[in-house]
Amino acid sequence: MHMIESDPVRKSVTVRASPQKAFEVFVNGMGDWWIKEHSLTESGQKTVMVEARAGGRWYEVGNAGEERDWGRVIACDPPHRILFAWQLNADFDFDPTFHTEVEVMFEAIGEEETTVTLVHRDLGNYGAKAKDLRGVLDSEKGWGGLLASYAAKAACQSGKRASI
Amino acid sequence: MTYEDRLFAALADPTRRGIFERLGERRRSVAELARAVPVSQPAISQHLKVLKEARLVRDEAVGARRIYSIDPAGLGQLRQWLDRFWREQLAAFESAVEAERRE
Repeated sequence: MHMIESDPVRKSVTVRASPQKAFEVFVNGMGDWWIKEHSLTESGQKTVMVEARAGGRWYEVGNAGEERDWGRVIACDPPHRILFAWQLNADFDFDPTFHTEVEVMFEAIGEEETTVTLVHRDLGNYGAKAKDLRGVLDSEKGWGGLLASYAAKAACQSGKRASI
Repeated sequence: MTYEDRLFAALADPTRRGIFERLGERRRSVAELARAVPVSQPAISQHLKVLKEARLVRDEAVGARRIYSIDPAGLGQLRQWLDRFWREQLAAFESAVEAERRE
């Protein structure tokens, strides 16, 4: 079985806050800013919880109280860095045998200013099995379905059909 | 047809999905695929053409044969989705930090 290589996704944003504050909001306040539509719960997203320690859970809580695991915390070094295992497979099901990494780094670049850099890597794991890749593209609740809903949302916002 | 439509159409056919999955196991020639899938060689070539147009598989010449494999650029779709996903999330995060500042 061959591996499919893929570059990591890398994003950064600079916020007017200390690294301590940025880390606090990102990790302990994730439920306050995570986009509610990006949800796995049947009853809709109430909040997102991060247990900020190595081995801690990363999960979503629905309005009805149900919990859906997303992954776990591999390493936590406040206020500099947190490393997550993102364990939602291509069908958006939690799979303890599936593993991609999301690393978030907080770097002070001035007084009350912090650059937050997020790297989502090991994306090749999605393509390691053709079955999973098919799930990526094929399934209503997989990436294909989310892509379509994203496109619809983007189209609403821009007032015209988004091309993806 | 948009690229996405081609992608879904390409995988909607069970024979093509079978071929795609075989190539997921390892790279193969048309003749090898013909032995693994109960379809004639010309039909397999036709299916491969559709898969290639959807950028799901690619081919390379090895001597006189063409060897087909899964196209890693097929993951581009997923990568692109994640790129937008995290961009949106970080924008939401930034707004949350700024909102706390104003409080």
